[in-house]
Amino acid sequence: MALFDKIEVTPRDAATSAAIDGALSIRRVSKVYDPDGAGVVAVQDCSVEIAPGEFVAIVGPSGCGKSTLLNVLAGFDTLTAGEILLDGNPLASVSRPPQPGPDRVVVFQHGALFPWKTVLENIMYGPLRQKTMTNAAAEEKALDLLRRCGGLDTVASSYPAQLSSGMQRRVEIIRALMNEPKVLLLDEPFRAMDSVSKATMHRHLLEMYSLCRKTIVFITHDLEEAIYLADTVIVMTTRPGTVKKVLKISLPRPRLPQMMSSHEYLEIKRQVAEGVHEEAKKAFERGEREHA
Amino acid sequence: MVNANMRSSSAFVRWRKGLNWRGAVAVASFILLWQLLVRFKVPGFETIPTLSDVFSTFWTKYMLSAKYWKAWAVSFERVGYGFVISQVLGIPIGLLLGTRQMFHDVMFSVIEILRPIPPLAWVPISILFWPTNEMSIVFITFIGAFFIIVINVHDGVRSIKKEHLWLARSLGASPWRIFQRIIIPSVIPSIAVGMTLGIAVTWNVVIAAEMIASDTGLGRLTWEGYVSNTPAVVILGMISIGLAGYLSTKLVDYAEKKMMPWRKA
Repeated sequence: MALFDKIEVTPRDAATSAAIDGALSIRRVSKVYDPDGAGVVAVQDCSVEIAPGEFVAIVGPSGCGKSTLLNVLAGFDTLTAGEILLDGNPLASVSRPPQPGPDRVVVFQHGALFPWKTVLENIMYGPLRQKTMTNAAAEEKALDLLRRCGGLDTVASSYPAQLSSGMQRRVEIIRALMNEPKVLLLDEPFRAMDSVSKATMHRHLLEMYSLCRKTIVFITHDLEEAIYLADTVIVMTTRPGTVKKVLKISLPRPRLPQMMSSHEYLEIKRQVAEGVHEEAKKAFERGEREHA
Repeated sequence: MVNANMRSSSAFVRWRKGLNWRGAVAVASFILLWQLLVRFKVPGFETIPTLSDVFSTFWTKYMLSAKYWKAWAVSFERVGYGFVISQVLGIPIGLLLGTRQMFHDVMFSVIEILRPIPPLAWVPISILFWPTNEMSIVFITFIGAFFIIVINVHDGVRSIKKEHLWLARSLGASPWRIFQRIIIPSVIPSIAVGMTLGIAVTWNVVIAAEMIASDTGLGRLTWEGYVSNTPAVVILGMISIGLAGYLSTKLVDYAEKKMMPWRKA
């Protein structure tokens, strides 16, 4: 908690937003799995504009194609129609083979720290592979990031299996930030956590966000979490996934837990909840499985 | 609190706490029962020696016999060669099966046809094929562990988390780097499983092969005990094989711990 008080959060204004990059344009993107056979439409005609440094949460029921969209953004999967631009440069299109890169790093739902590497080695992996930093510089930066993110430098030489899942996820976010990505892609990173750990993780994520102000695309099916964390909440429909509703969250930053009972928060929640529950019900009745 | 604990956890107390007394009682009861069954000549036990007979045979005839220790060395050597060759060939083949579709398409059916053939079924053809008996025994031992490691490594490659591969690509690793630094370490736990299973099988196989096709080794020693009607030697051979297997397993366990420093108990 002490750390939280120390961080000064500058209110976002137009000038600072323009200075950093990380603008994402998702233009009429569709993704069809097995187009010649079963032809499952995962994402259909999805368009989203994300400003540099914006925290966007994508909410939707299981199997609405949110992870598919994230995988396309990350360059792990192809798209069937449309295009995605990052700061005006084409990132993905029908004709381009998917190309992952350190400018868009994903933090996965089930975690993907390399178990055979220590925390420090995991974090240093990116810059060392890309040869953007020397060993000593990378180590210094990694330790500094760890220290600033809640004093995690004490576990630098531990292996991931020795950490709690919350710590693992934080280390994973730090590993992503280490590469100075333009966009941070979070795929339901706190899904399997209990509400107390989740609240702690929210606090840590907000701290990290206020430190780096990267564009964040946060996938979740937890509406409350989305409203609490994000600047913009995008509600997706059940398969075929498309944008149902885009909602700007006007809650001030820093976001604090007590805001979750504020009148404003509850009002936003009421507005979105209807749409989300409608889609969730459709998905449930169709028996959708996550990532099916 | 620290003080009190320090004093009470003397070596003796720790030893007594670590001692599995139920296990010790079970072993003692087993030996006693064995002794009694033989002493009272219970049907079936008339020709079986007692543990003390076995021990005195060992003490008087075998402890200082070069032939006995040679049998240990020879068996260990056969297991060692067979095991090491199976790993050296099997690990790359398993990796190729998992990573190269072409290799998989060509080789997998061949492997699946050969794999169910028990190692001992290879004995006759092996004796016909290899110029020396020694080579054929090592070959049969090799067969015992080879398919196990191939299948385990292949399976290990297939169950690599796709997130790890994706992330490595995101963070700028080349395909060769991914193979070296992601695929290989991901497969190490599967290699370890293959080694544990493999070492047990090599001992099974080598003993049987020695009984059939050799005049040296612990398997042969046990068989000679039977042929020369000295049952104490049979039991001595069995105990020796058990110990040898145990020692090899410990050795493999140690190697596995060294291979996976990230897996601490």
